[in-house]
Amino acid sequence: MLDNMLEFIPSIPLSEWTTRATDWITDKFAILFDPIKEHFGNFMEFTSEALLAVPAVLIILLVAVISFFITGRKFGLAAFSIVGLWLIYNQGLWEHLMSTFTLVLLASLLSVIIGVPIGILMSKSRIAEAIFTPILDFMQTMPAFVYLIPAVAFFGIGMVPGVFASLIFATPPTVRFTNLGIRQVSKELVEASEAFGSTGAQKLFKVQLPMARATIMAGINQTVMLALSMVVIASMIGAPGLGREVLSALQRAQVGPGFVAGVGIVILAIIIDRITQNMNKDKNA
Amino acid sequence: MILGIKPYFEGVRNLSIIEAKNLSKVFGKNTKQAVELLGKGLSKEEILKETGCTVGVNRATFSVDPGEVFVIMGLSGSGKSTLVRLINRLIEPTEGSILIEGDNLATMDKKELRNVRRDKLGMVFQKFALFPHRTILENAEFGLEIQNVPKEERRKKATEALELVGLGGYLNQKPSQLSGGMQQRVGLARALTNDPEVLLMDEAFSALDPLIRKDMQDELMDLQAKMQKTIVFITHDLDEALRIGDRIALMKDGSIVQIGTPEEILVHPKNDYVEKFVEDIDRSKVLTAQHIMKRPETVNIEKHGPRVALERMREEGLSGMYVVDSKRNLKGYVTADDASNARKNNINDLKEILTNNIPKVDKDTSLNDIFDLIHDAPMPVAVVEEGKLIGIIVRGAVLAALSSDSEVNMENA
Repeated sequence: MLDNMLEFIPSIPLSEWTTRATDWITDKFAILFDPIKEHFGNFMEFTSEALLAVPAVLIILLVAVISFFITGRKFGLAAFSIVGLWLIYNQGLWEHLMSTFTLVLLASLLSVIIGVPIGILMSKSRIAEAIFTPILDFMQTMPAFVYLIPAVAFFGIGMVPGVFASLIFATPPTVRFTNLGIRQVSKELVEASEAFGSTGAQKLFKVQLPMARATIMAGINQTVMLALSMVVIASMIGAPGLGREVLSALQRAQVGPGFVAGVGIVILAIIIDRITQNMNKDKNA
Repeated sequence: MILGIKPYFEGVRNLSIIEAKNLSKVFGKNTKQAVELLGKGLSKEEILKETGCTVGVNRATFSVDPGEVFVIMGLSGSGKSTLVRLINRLIEPTEGSILIEGDNLATMDKKELRNVRRDKLGMVFQKFALFPHRTILENAEFGLEIQNVPKEERRKKATEALELVGLGGYLNQKPSQLSGGMQQRVGLARALTNDPEVLLMDEAFSALDPLIRKDMQDELMDLQAKMQKTIVFITHDLDEALRIGDRIALMKDGSIVQIGTPEEILVHPKNDYVEKFVEDIDRSKVLTAQHIMKRPETVNIEKHGPRVALERMREEGLSGMYVVDSKRNLKGYVTADDASNARKNNINDLKEILTNNIPKVDKDTSLNDIFDLIHDAPMPVAVVEEGKLIGIIVRGAVLAALSSDSEVNMENA
């Protein structure tokens, strides 16, 4: 009886509006989406193939060398990289690994390119912070699967919508940490740069960004990890890579192949995580 | 003139390098109303109750001469740090004007303000505010770097400034590798590299431990003797203020309570607050010979003999007397015993019975340094200025001066 009170108006057609809005955007912005889909798709394929053209052994060695130097000349991560990557190769998943890596790399790069400037904007303006904070909350809490639907509508299936969905899911940490990092720079340092007559840009590039670097890098590390976690989900809309192997194993209820592909993702995740984390620490420590 | 106090008439002098008129800062939303109430003379608390605004600085009016060390002192929360930030407009003034060499900083646009900051105002911070990601040299050259001065030139100037503060050997270290005192030298060098006319020093030595702080004060004074910059120095430490300040502005609750030379503040506190403030001060460091000396009774070596000397001692009830010539040049000391013997032996020249072994101090000698001297001396200490006797100090005067409620005789100086 009491529930009648809640029915003072008929159900709001929220889902219908969303569908219509998406249709409208798909329709009107096709001029924009189609070239992105085509060129970016080509670019990704090219990157993927370029990586495959390099002998696997060279890539494994390169990763090992990078790991060695970035961890401060320690052998741990380098050894892990060699064994881990060799295992993936050994399991015949090398090609998928390269696709996954391409997807993670490009999604992360785009996230950083978009995220850092937005973070800077938020740190400079209270209004921008008030506007972007709820949007970021929304982006992070909405189940990642939901992004797949408009991604397909805009870009069809394949790698491009995968990157699009990853982008939405993975950008927020970079934005948040950039904002936080700049706001955390000590007030006296900012005052010092101003007292000597810095312009806004000089203050940003010579003091605030260098000082916020560690925090921003922590955000980027999170972004890369989130992009990687989107790999399996993005495979549902046809993004190639290790995720697709996991998905197909799931659909056929094959524990073995699913586990192997999963381990491949874990190995990649550990290597990327340790490398980006150590980029954060480096010399100044 | 009393104590060599510089004549000080607010606003009349046109030589001032910094001139603040009714400079106010109110933090909060309803600043307009708060400023109005300030004009009506309401206190900081009343305004907080009425408008919810916090008064940072309340109509500060002062001017600073070129080459002067102007100390702004007060306890924490007195608004001194806000006031120094109003001088280079790191904080926007709510009301009033701040003139740097006649140009009003408060009404400048961003670019003009930037140029004034680059050319005329250097700043040194309490917690050093060095850029941790830059080397010492890169820190020092920051001010010139943002002016796009060619690399070679700015490195040269930065190196010179670092050498001036004794850090020529640390150019490529990072700030974190240096001790606090050394870090603040870098902060000072960074401000000096720009060769500004005004140095704003915000509690620059407060974060250093006392011994290092004293060294830094001495060093700053040495540098100042060479550079002759105008320095606005913020501190909460009265000892520090008295040590380095040519003039001191004492702040309380955002208002300037008194401006004056260290002596004026100490000897003529304007109100109870200032008096309480200076009560605890170690007067032995601040008061000098001229503050406690009294007028000497003398005999003239050119006119008088032992007979007159003895007569005068009897009149004054003294056991001895300083001897001067007609130009008041100090010649020596004669005791009553010697004068009496001389008279018996018919010696008529004072020269023959003079003691030359006398305790002498300059008029600017601090009380601290007079202690030992006066303790061992069998006679009063002579205070001399260019060889002339200008006063004597008796033992009691030193002790009296140290008790804070004593009336120091200013007329002597």
